[in-house]
Amino acid sequence: MSRRISPVIPGFGLTLGYTLVYLSLIVLIPLAAMFVHAAQLTWEQFWAIITAPRVLAALKLSFGTAFFAALINGVIGTVLAWVLVRYTFPGRKIIDAMIDLPFALPTAVAGIALTTLYAPHGWIGQFASDLGFKIAYTPLGITLALTFVTLPFVVRTVQPVLADIPREIEEAAACLGAKPLQVFRYILMPALLPAWLTGFALAFARGIGEYGSVIFIAGNMPMKTEILPLLIMVKLDQYDYTGATAIGVMMLVVSFVLLLLINLIQRRIETPS
Amino acid sequence: MSLRRYALAALASAIFAGSAVAKDYELLNVSYDPTRELYQDYNAEFVNFWKASHPGDNVKIQQSHGGSGKQGRAVVDGLRADVVTLALAGDIDEISKLNKGSLPADWQTRLPDASTPYTSTIVFLVRKGNPKGIKDWGDLVKKDVSVITPNPKTSGGARWNFLAAYAYGLKANGGDEAKANAYVQELFKHVPVLDTGARGSTITFVNNGQGDVLLAWENEAFLALKEDGGTDKFEIVVPSLSILAEPPVAVVDKNAEKKGNLEIANAYLKHLYSPAGQEIAAKNFYRPRDEKVAAKYAEQFPKLELVTIDKDFGGWKTAQPKFFNDGGVFDQIYQAQ
Repeated sequence: MSRRISPVIPGFGLTLGYTLVYLSLIVLIPLAAMFVHAAQLTWEQFWAIITAPRVLAALKLSFGTAFFAALINGVIGTVLAWVLVRYTFPGRKIIDAMIDLPFALPTAVAGIALTTLYAPHGWIGQFASDLGFKIAYTPLGITLALTFVTLPFVVRTVQPVLADIPREIEEAAACLGAKPLQVFRYILMPALLPAWLTGFALAFARGIGEYGSVIFIAGNMPMKTEILPLLIMVKLDQYDYTGATAIGVMMLVVSFVLLLLINLIQRRIETPS
Repeated sequence: MSLRRYALAALASAIFAGSAVAKDYELLNVSYDPTRELYQDYNAEFVNFWKASHPGDNVKIQQSHGGSGKQGRAVVDGLRADVVTLALAGDIDEISKLNKGSLPADWQTRLPDASTPYTSTIVFLVRKGNPKGIKDWGDLVKKDVSVITPNPKTSGGARWNFLAAYAYGLKANGGDEAKANAYVQELFKHVPVLDTGARGSTITFVNNGQGDVLLAWENEAFLALKEDGGTDKFEIVVPSLSILAEPPVAVVDKNAEKKGNLEIANAYLKHLYSPAGQEIAAKNFYRPRDEKVAAKYAEQFPKLELVTIDKDFGGWKTAQPKFFNDGGVFDQIYQAQ
């Protein structure tokens, strides 16, 4: 038996080289350019830009709404995946295909459609205004738009894992006397959680950077419904490239730290001590 | 050696024969949002005009539209526009400043009327019957009137809106700047949504039914009336005072020269000032500069007191940092709250 097992794709050196070149061209160099551009600022200037009250308000709004949208999809997406995997019913294939539509639709179209529906005089928005609250032009509307565009993530990450868990395992647990809640807690959740967290993280990250769909429904009021990507656009419209990159760098760092945290939690779960 | 000489001769003959030989031109006009219809009409007119004196030529004109600032930035970043026709002189100033050698700093002196062949102003679009009884700027800050305007930070049109409101604030208070600040501050308390561009605000007002008044370019307001059933739903209110909005045009010399379009690009802009060009501007609801054409369309454009950016605000070079840059008058409105 030879010592080296030949992999399916030959040439480790070649593929690694390709990976590095590809990553550099598409991801690393553009991001590095941003850091280089932001480095024109002194630390004090950079700090002054990213701690301006408007930026902080937008930071809270962007991360808050993205978090809640990811959380909503975490719950509803899991239910959707469950329904699609565990039951057969007429139209299942169609619903399954519909899940990906938010990715295919231009985000601006989604934003305008949602705004038309949820504006105070819109089809759905009028009921909300009868009840005394507004959906469009509030953080609620932003969360709604983000929930729409990030819907596929949790469904698509949880679905295959769920399909891989044989129903027999649940039945075996039930035969050994586990109650439904216990089956969920001790059998399903540990298997699903890593995939679920991946879906959650993807949805969250996508939500933070989303611009097109949010901009129509947000109302864009300073200090209230201004998202971070809009502030970047505002800076660019003043030809303030450096200020824009400063906010971009800040978003990148905060997002990276959060994603890293989620990854660490994932690792914890996968290798229980 | 002989080959090179031959090539040289061919090149020389191509250059000298250039004026007599038919040419293919592809011109790119980078413009702002509401000029789509205007330049569609004008391009057809210009192609005819050019072909009359250059029968063999093929002329293709491409238009690009978007927010004025965004379009300006695209040209700075390398979009090869032969001509720019933007909402604000400030955006063309930035192109000249950031893209060295693209066009001279004094570009605005190269064509008549500070390089603005047509003008517009800011008017109010209200719902049919004017249920809130809005007649002038002062009415906009009355209780339960809500006003739709785009964000001046991201929209060129909104900057004209803002300055028109400010000019009213100054006039109503005998030139007291603090009181004018207070007026615009009060006005923006009546603004529930700040869209990023003029078209976005029109959608919010017309399609989503938000607000009682839309502050709009005169040409956008007319366009909203022209749409199906527009006259049944909206009417235009002309305030006592507004601002002369001057959207300028300029050849981007560096790009036009590289593409061999310098001559036709200059002719393209010059022809805007001709009676035919002015007529097309007026038909598309832009106020013409030419007095004869203006007289013909006098009924369409009511007379009103107009302040100008150069005389009353010291030009965009002064107004932009004072009002709209970070920490300017507009930002203070939202910091004071």
